[in-house]
Amino acid sequence: MPASLRELRQRRKSVAATKKITRAMELIASSRIIRAQQVAARALPYTRELNRAVSAVANKSRLDHPLTRDVQDPKRVAVLFITSDRGMNGAYSSNVLKLVAAFRQRAEEQEGREIVRYVIGRKGIGYLKYRNIPIHAHWEGFSDAPTYDRAVEIANKLLEDFLTPTEDGGVDEIWAVYTRMESMLTQTARVRRLLPLEVVEGVQEPDPEHPDALYLFEPDPDEVLNALLPLYIRSRVWFYLLQSAASQLASQQRAMKSATDNAQQLIERLTREANQARQAEITQEISEIVGGASALADLTENE
Amino acid sequence: MAVLRVEVVSADGIAWEGDALSVIARTVEGDLGVLPDHEPFLAVLVPCAAEVLTADGHREVVAVDGGFISVADNRVSVLSPFAKIAREIDLDAAEHELAAAERRLNAGDLDEETRQHYLRAQAQVRAAHLAQSAK
Repeated sequence: MPASLRELRQRRKSVAATKKITRAMELIASSRIIRAQQVAARALPYTRELNRAVSAVANKSRLDHPLTRDVQDPKRVAVLFITSDRGMNGAYSSNVLKLVAAFRQRAEEQEGREIVRYVIGRKGIGYLKYRNIPIHAHWEGFSDAPTYDRAVEIANKLLEDFLTPTEDGGVDEIWAVYTRMESMLTQTARVRRLLPLEVVEGVQEPDPEHPDALYLFEPDPDEVLNALLPLYIRSRVWFYLLQSAASQLASQQRAMKSATDNAQQLIERLTREANQARQAEITQEISEIVGGASALADLTENE
Repeated sequence: MAVLRVEVVSADGIAWEGDALSVIARTVEGDLGVLPDHEPFLAVLVPCAAEVLTADGHREVVAVDGGFISVADNRVSVLSPFAKIAREIDLDAAEHELAAAERRLNAGDLDEETRQHYLRAQAQVRAAHLAQSAK
């Protein structure tokens, strides 16, 4: 016996209400993702100029700087990971957390290193708190609209801890796990080493037309490098935050779109079932009436 | 005559770009003027109000908070995390921030961050004043 007509109608009503909500969230996410992408695009010239400057200095200086020096046999490894503040965005946060878990396993169990966690976003904080895993530092409240101030705040904390000797609670390496926005359809979680810097990798040619532009440095190359590298680190963190924010919104939009589609399907199915139930009720009533009438007819004939 | 192609870049985007006849900014070594055909160089800036004399004879003032200036091949880029063009600076807000940062400094908060805030606000107030006096 299918569910009663009243019950089916009630369920359809509640699914329709849910659909309205998910639809609204989908629209909000898709309008905000455009903004997030614009912000990310606007930050590009800054990164480009910084890269160019760093590679100009790299050509000139020995690049022997505390921030670029590799630590032999690192003991404490920091991992900064960026999750969302709120749910309703599909697997966005759990993809990051999965990658962090894999990273932790490799670093702790195979290489015997101690992991120090820096978390951005309430989902990540909640995940660790629930499992009683210590958190070294955390930030929250800006996962979908980061500002450069926040990036500076985070980067300064990372720099400070990196420059502290390991014995005094510093870290030897800093890795970042963020979600890269490949396109509206694909976002992939990635692990990147933030510190010590690998300047050689990914450095652009100084200037395609004048590869040998001999820069003068004021006051001198090392001082310039001293000033540049912290800016560079902050810009990396800023880049990670922006990419993650755009990915989060894209992921949310997709999750909400499939929720809306599912709700629509459910509504159609419930409508069909409700119609069937209604039809069945009518048929039953008719057969009851017909049955009753023929019983009455039989009765009068017998008299 | 050659002109300079100037780009003032902040972390949130390009604060100003255009052709210019000269650029004046303050580096750690002192004030510095850049004219066309300057040799390539890269200098570290201190928070200041940088001035750009545009190709059409205007003066643009930009508040920078550190960063650096690089010149090569008549392209000048001023890179500063919180660079802001003077006419977009809200003078009241900047003065308010300056006062707040000053209070914190006087209260003994000698944090690097507070100092940065103070210097940034100071550069913005100066740039805004400079831009007003030019009118």
